[in-house]
Amino acid sequence: MGSTSSEQQKNLLSKIATNHGHGEDSPYFDGWKAYDENPYHPTKNPDGVIQMGLAENQLCFDFIEDWIKRNPQASICTTEGIQEFKDTAIFQDYHGLPAFREAVAKFMGKVRGERVRFDPDRIVMGGGSTGANEMITFCLADPGDAFLIPSPYYPAFDRDLRWRTGVQLLPIICESSNDFKITKAALEMAYEKAQQANINVKGLMIINPSNPLGTILDKETLQTIVSFINQKNIHLICDEIYAATVFSQPKFISIAEIIEGDGSCNPNLIHIVYSLSKDMGFPGFRVGIIYSYNDEVVNCARKMSSFGLVSTQTQHLIASMLSDDEFIGKFIIENSNRLATRYKNIRRELDKVSIGCLKSNAGLFCWMDLRKLLKEPTLQEEMVLWGKIIKEVKLNFSPGSSFHCYEPGWFRVCFANMDDETMEIALKRLQKFVKRSKEKRCGSKEEILQKQSSAKHLIS
Amino acid sequence: MGSISSEQQKQLLSKIATNQGHGENSPYFDGWKAYDNNPYHPIRNPKGVIQMGLAENQLCFDLIEDWIRRNPQASICTTEGVKEFKDIAIYQDYHGLPAFRQAVANFMGKVRGGRATFDPNRIVMGGGSTGANELLTFCLADPGDAFLVPSPYYPAFDRDLSWRTGVQLLPVVCESSNDFKITKAALELAYEKAQEAHINVKGLMVTNPSNPLGTILDRETLQTIVSFINEKNIHLISDEIYAATVFSQPKFISVAEIIEEEDVVCNRDLIHIVYSLSKDMGFPGFRVGIVYSYNDAVVNCGRKMSSFGLVSTQTQHLISSMLADDEFIENFIAESANRLATRYKIITRELSKVGIGCLKSNAGLFCWMDLRKLLKEATVEEEMVLWHMIIKDVKLNVSPGSSFHCTEPGWFRVCFANMDNETMEEALERIQSFVRQSEEAPVPAARSKRFKGNLQLSSKSRRMEEAIMSPCIMSPHSPLVSART
Repeated sequence: MGSTSSEQQKNLLSKIATNHGHGEDSPYFDGWKAYDENPYHPTKNPDGVIQMGLAENQLCFDFIEDWIKRNPQASICTTEGIQEFKDTAIFQDYHGLPAFREAVAKFMGKVRGERVRFDPDRIVMGGGSTGANEMITFCLADPGDAFLIPSPYYPAFDRDLRWRTGVQLLPIICESSNDFKITKAALEMAYEKAQQANINVKGLMIINPSNPLGTILDKETLQTIVSFINQKNIHLICDEIYAATVFSQPKFISIAEIIEGDGSCNPNLIHIVYSLSKDMGFPGFRVGIIYSYNDEVVNCARKMSSFGLVSTQTQHLIASMLSDDEFIGKFIIENSNRLATRYKNIRRELDKVSIGCLKSNAGLFCWMDLRKLLKEPTLQEEMVLWGKIIKEVKLNFSPGSSFHCYEPGWFRVCFANMDDETMEIALKRLQKFVKRSKEKRCGSKEEILQKQSSAKHLIS
Repeated sequence: MGSISSEQQKQLLSKIATNQGHGENSPYFDGWKAYDNNPYHPIRNPKGVIQMGLAENQLCFDLIEDWIRRNPQASICTTEGVKEFKDIAIYQDYHGLPAFRQAVANFMGKVRGGRATFDPNRIVMGGGSTGANELLTFCLADPGDAFLVPSPYYPAFDRDLSWRTGVQLLPVVCESSNDFKITKAALELAYEKAQEAHINVKGLMVTNPSNPLGTILDRETLQTIVSFINEKNIHLISDEIYAATVFSQPKFISVAEIIEEEDVVCNRDLIHIVYSLSKDMGFPGFRVGIVYSYNDAVVNCGRKMSSFGLVSTQTQHLISSMLADDEFIENFIAESANRLATRYKIITRELSKVGIGCLKSNAGLFCWMDLRKLLKEATVEEEMVLWHMIIKDVKLNVSPGSSFHCTEPGWFRVCFANMDNETMEEALERIQSFVRQSEEAPVPAARSKRFKGNLQLSSKSRRMEEAIMSPCIMSPHSPLVSART
């Protein structure tokens, strides 16, 4: 029974299968490997690596589980719900359960404080936001075309938007000097570069609220962006999967709100990607959504959604949960509050050791500034620092370079995927590390006193 | 707020978005439109169209529901199961829940009567078999490459394997003269044609049991196929999603069994199986698609790609519980086969009463019905005419062979597992009436003038033609989704 060499495999399999488009050779994943091999546990492995590289929202499961207990009809497996088992199990219409679309549209509106409404008929399913982002790319761009994307950005976009689609990503560089805001100048520059390189730009992808920054786009920036894409006649894809993680002022402004009042914006260029992975904490359920203002895109994407429909068992549950107005109203507020508390906590403790973060009001993470801990502002030094943080401090953060950040020394630290006790321990470890790093640079207090007393000896 | 012309849309959107690769302009979908506009109901609409174009397995939900009731821990929403809710909801590892992979591997082995065992570490998820088929294609072939596919074949392969991948499908023509068996000659011919056209063949896709034929591949054919793909050094993808629908002898033989045989020489890196719970269990809504590859690199790559279509962990959890219940599964497989066998016997018996034959088959959720003698001429056009008659006059939605790329006009796929006994009876009576009427009343002259020479379409036909060719603007209740079966 034969087997094939890796050279032969290269010919046997597709280019896509044998290139690195899956992105998993990025150092971003090394942190996980360290965590997987030595995961922290309060009693079983208290010296293990604490996972702070996973943007998960684990703060409100008590709320959700309470709702589940009170709503057995939401499941097709309970006594109350089983009469719907068959119809649900055989339903494979790519439009999705009408109740599911209704509930998602309603939830999206609520998350935006009812400042805008969503049409259930424009809701299209995707295999998580991973599948949704890939799908919208397939609809809007051909192989070789490009999307512009502000950096720093979510690493897996390199895979989601490019791997199987053949579309390129061109960064729009954002800098700490103005809090990483997206400027007209930066947009124009990125577009120019593409023109010069004869690359066809088909769209601009923004994440709002931002991963990894945790900031939201202000009205002026959104208007600049809308103006830009209309002028260039390119698409705008707004990944708003963190919309309900906004935990303090200013309020979130969705692209949906901007275009409602704007007669000069071509709605055929506007598309929103959504998901329940971050806002609800349900990444396992693979509830990805495309919401497009372009009818053709809705039609095409709906056909494509066959490749990644949401399980009807899950659609059924979500339809029930998200249409419970009272529950949802409370959840959104409570979720915000708990995130705000975590954020305040982590900022305060980091302040104590003079570590700053970019001021932010959303997301499940902080964008931490460790530039002063670098020997030199280089990528290599960032990697050295990161290696230390994983090995010695036993914390898995994500280095800014994995987010295509151009300035070394920034790290994304997730804070919503653990309980309070673990958070405390993580912060203590970090504080210790920072203090040690400072002492190493300046010498420890004992060393200084010793030097001084030796000097005295020499003198006297 | 601006809007744009369709020409502008063409430039604004991708080629994939604006070509016909989604396949929904095929006449295959017209039957559903007819059904959707006028669906049969025993009381509310007894004269409506009966849906026989949907390969669904609805025969065993009593067994499943009984199991659900007795196993509340299988759900993360019951009192017994809710403690697992959080861990399941946050679990997004593309390896899938270990218990899920174990249970699926276990089930696949049981479906093959224990004659093959499956390694849970080779189980990779896809978004239904739709997603799984596409995923495997992305792993094995580049745009412009081709897969050979024996015809007749499942229409949606044109979308699943080609649309976003850019891979071509080249038919391996199978003929009724030898019961549509796949022959070495047909394989070689298809391969030759590709060579001559400078098309790079990367693999052969077989569906076993076959959709639409309902037949299984015998040992000799499987060995011929394995030999062929090894000789050409191309992949073999065996779509075995109907494996548990085999309802009578001979037993199903999986490619998994063939490659274990002593006298078979096979490079395992070429062998891949696609599986799903949509047909065997009747769970198309749950989107449980599986890629099982003997090629490690494909497993690795496929697993990374599965991020685009993972199975909801809520569903993984349910399935891992259900398919690990050996007693239930064994009973289910046997009972499902029995009920399918009964349906098959009834339908073939009633059809033979009016001299209608079906290809002899022992699997699937359908029959491959031979209506060639009802055609005026052996042409695709006449098949379409007959089909429209069946939809409009007989009020049955069956699927014409041409939509399956069958090269011989007159064959129709008739599904029999997606309805209750009474509806089945009603449907069979209608067919019997229609056939008897066709025999008693030869086609009136006016009608034959209308269709003679196929040159002039009547205004009625032209409207049908327009309906087929017009861009698909679907109502929210469009049944087009069903076309995936």
